[in-house]
Amino acid sequence: MSQFGDIGVTEAQLDLLTAAERFCREQSPMSSVRALIETDLGYDADVWAEIGALGWLAIAVPEDFGGVGLSMTEVVPVMEQMGRYMLHSPFFATTLAAQAIVMGGTQAQKETHLAAIAGGAAATVALSEAGGNWDLTAISSTALMTDSGYRLSGEKTFVQDLEAARTIIISAKVDGAVQLFCLDADTIPAKAIRRERIIDDIKRSYALTLDGLVVPDTALMDGGKVTQTLEHIHLVANLLGAAEMTGAAQATIDYTVDYLKTRKQFGKLIGSFQALKHPTVDAYIDYEKSRSLLYAAAFSFGDQWPQNDKRSEIATRMAKAQSDKALSYAADRSIQFHGGFGFTYDCDAQLYRRRAIFNASQYGDAHYHKKKLAQLIL
Amino acid sequence: MSTAELDDFAKEADAWFAANTPKTPDFMLPLTFMEVGTDQQFDFLRDWQRKVYEAGYLGAAWPKDYGGGGLTQAHQDIATKAMRKYNGPIMLNAIGLNWTGPLLLDIGSEAHKKKYIKGILSAEDIWCQGFSEPDNGSDLGNAQLRAVRDGDDYILNGSKIWTTHGHYGKYMILLARTDMDAPNKYAGLSFILTPMTVPGIETRKIKKLTGEHGFTQTFFNDARVPADGLMGREGEGWKIAMQTLEYERGARIGQAGGYVLTEIDPLEILNLARNSQRDGEDVLDDPVIANHLVDFMIENQASAMGRKRSRIRGLTQDNPLGLMLMDKLVMTEYTRRINQFALGLQGGNAGYYVDDPNAVDNGYWHRGYLNAFSATIGGGTSQIQRNIIGEHALGLPKTR
Ligand SMILES: Cc1cc2nc3c(=O)[nH]c(=O)nc-3n(C[C@H](O)[C@H](O)[C@H](O)COP(=O)(O)OP(=O)(O)OC[C@H]3O[C@@H](n4cnc5c(N)ncnc54)[C@H](O)[C@@H]3O)c2cc1C
Ligand SMILES: Cc1cc2nc3c(=O)[nH]c(=O)nc-3n(C[C@H](O)[C@H](O)[C@H](O)COP(=O)(O)OP(=O)(O)OC[C@H]3O[C@@H](n4cnc5c(N)ncnc54)[C@H](O)[C@@H]3O)c2cc1C
Repeated sequence: MSQFGDIGVTEAQLDLLTAAERFCREQSPMSSVRALIETDLGYDADVWAEIGALGWLAIAVPEDFGGVGLSMTEVVPVMEQMGRYMLHSPFFATTLAAQAIVMGGTQAQKETHLAAIAGGAAATVALSEAGGNWDLTAISSTALMTDSGYRLSGEKTFVQDLEAARTIIISAKVDGAVQLFCLDADTIPAKAIRRERIIDDIKRSYALTLDGLVVPDTALMDGGKVTQTLEHIHLVANLLGAAEMTGAAQATIDYTVDYLKTRKQFGKLIGSFQALKHPTVDAYIDYEKSRSLLYAAAFSFGDQWPQNDKRSEIATRMAKAQSDKALSYAADRSIQFHGGFGFTYDCDAQLYRRRAIFNASQYGDAHYHKKKLAQLIL
Repeated sequence: MSTAELDDFAKEADAWFAANTPKTPDFMLPLTFMEVGTDQQFDFLRDWQRKVYEAGYLGAAWPKDYGGGGLTQAHQDIATKAMRKYNGPIMLNAIGLNWTGPLLLDIGSEAHKKKYIKGILSAEDIWCQGFSEPDNGSDLGNAQLRAVRDGDDYILNGSKIWTTHGHYGKYMILLARTDMDAPNKYAGLSFILTPMTVPGIETRKIKKLTGEHGFTQTFFNDARVPADGLMGREGEGWKIAMQTLEYERGARIGQAGGYVLTEIDPLEILNLARNSQRDGEDVLDDPVIANHLVDFMIENQASAMGRKRSRIRGLTQDNPLGLMLMDKLVMTEYTRRINQFALGLQGGNAGYYVDDPNAVDNGYWHRGYLNAFSATIGGGTSQIQRNIIGEHALGLPKTR
């Protein structure tokens, strides 16, 4: 079955897992998560600075550009633990942008932007558009070459953590072909940005109006690598999405089990009722499967460069599909098993359920990945 | 142990299985040790086990003094891997190899080990397990078969049921009640190694849902068995039975070598699907079918990766028990469902059964589906497994 990917672990992965677990547990108790929901930015600037200082943004950045020179294999445990403790920061968005530049940036872009990111600067990607299409090449934004640079038009959606970003990657069509642009986010006027109301209250996402934005020629990324870069971004986003959901599934089950062990009805702890116990076990099994597939995907992702086979793609799609299934089910049952309390905003079960819906909505849900898998493996 | 020695052993084992693995016979072989139903199957599998043992590829890691090979577990694992590579038939004497043997080696007396281990390995002595009773299956602790001490013997009265290999067994590991006045039901039980060939013990074959013979009911009428078969002390039967169930659930799988269940290769179902038509159309063109197939591939891959992950300590630290406990439930239910799904791929031909000339793969999938219940019921039902996982891995309160 090795064509489906294989599991293994690197020492750096285990070290990061231990460090990230501890950091996220200490820095992101539920009280902080809840408090941050009420803020505009949605994350704690001190915690974000700390993440930068720990070098976690540099993990998969090549050493030539100030990075550590590891791969997505080692980023996975960090994202997983952030998902588990619902620690929100621009980590996901920044990692995507960094990977876009690693894969498709010009030498100058790598020198400037990768070095900044590795040093702790936030970045993001503006790739999707209204219509909810997961095909990153199916866009209608355009860039027209003018004397003063490229004049962009169109609207981007789901630009995560744009308020925080210092670098932004934007896709637009030039003469009918998709191109990528890498620019300083501070060149974007405030009025072009609108905060979106998304199902996940913990995350931050923005719509970006491109109309009237003019970017210099130097913002254009390597035209020969666009397809490859978009494919890479798609897989990285799904790998990280799977990591975040797998961590969240673990937290959901722990949270639910705690309640089942303390709440009494009919003179008994409700966890002793098989109507609750058996589905909880099923949820737990789904989570363990999700974690096995996640680490298999992470390990197989090490083979990603050069893209010589489909192992990492298959492994990643399996992991994302399974994590969607696992978290959706665990959180859905968690709401139900909390009874009347489960229907309240105070109960964390809804946070987990919202997270599952949002993460499935970004870069592909279980059905989508299974359809892609059918084309790859049947 | 030097790697060179292991490499040599691996080469020898590979060559041996390449040369000696029998061709598929013209009758159907059982997919699991629980399915042996005809003398033809029994003889074939017994011969095979003896041959593997005599070549040194079974019990390689068990002590020489008792008939083992005196080598290491690494040797045994290498041999088992070679057996898998050449798709060798399963090992017949599963209860002996995987639970009686390890139990004897762990807590048996020197005399027990000398007497029983070699016969287990060579398949000379087939073992069966007398735990379940007509009234007490899942509620094993409620076993009622009585054993009354009389001089150097116990006198047994009662009945056991669903006894795998009951018909072929020379010995039984038996759970009996020796004390009717014990403070609780568990405290009155004892664990006795019992010869099956004494007067007063009778077995009656039971026909399985497939129409074949599979297991037996065993009757005990004033059957006199030697008291030196007692394991541990009187009243310790429950503890020893639980230890045995741990072996049954996989604690020592592979220690003696070989394997006792045929694994379904997911590519088998893919091949079936690729060659299947319904209403004249390729089933793979049906997106609903494709969706289910992909689900199966994901599930299978998750289990395979899970088994590997369970050996990576850093990736199981949050719940070390979980992955181990869930494997039986997950794999047996998966096997049941994938066989069931295979029937649906066959269109109208799903109506045929084994031996009809029109049956797809001679009814392999039908038989597989019906037989799959052996493992979702035997050795603790899937429902009981969920209780165990809930209580032992998640710490949920006990179900009463
Ligand atoms: C929107 C809404 C409106 C409501 N309006 C009213 C109202 O107007 N007036 C009013 O009086 N109440 C109202 N309720 C309360 C409602 O009746 C209770 O929430 C419900 O009876 C469950 O009780 P509980 O919340 O205490 O959950 P619990 O009883 O604590 O149940 C927790 C979980 O355990 C399960 N469980 C409990 N016992 C068993 C068992 N024996 N076997 C199997 N599973 C079990 C439950 O199904 C649930 O999943 C409302 C609830 C909601 C959500
Ligand atoms: C092929 C095969 C081979 C076997 N071989 C042997 C053997 O060699 N030796 C031996 O001793 N036994 C053997 N068994 C017996 C097996 O261990 C029992 O069948 C099993 O433990 C279930 O017991 P039961 O049949 O009495 O079912 P029951 O215990 O009566 O169960 C009936 C149904 O109720 C459910 N149930 C029962 N209790 C609970 C509970 N607390 N919570 C939720 N659901 C529950 C069960 O899951 C099942 O669905 C074998 C069985 C099979 C099918």
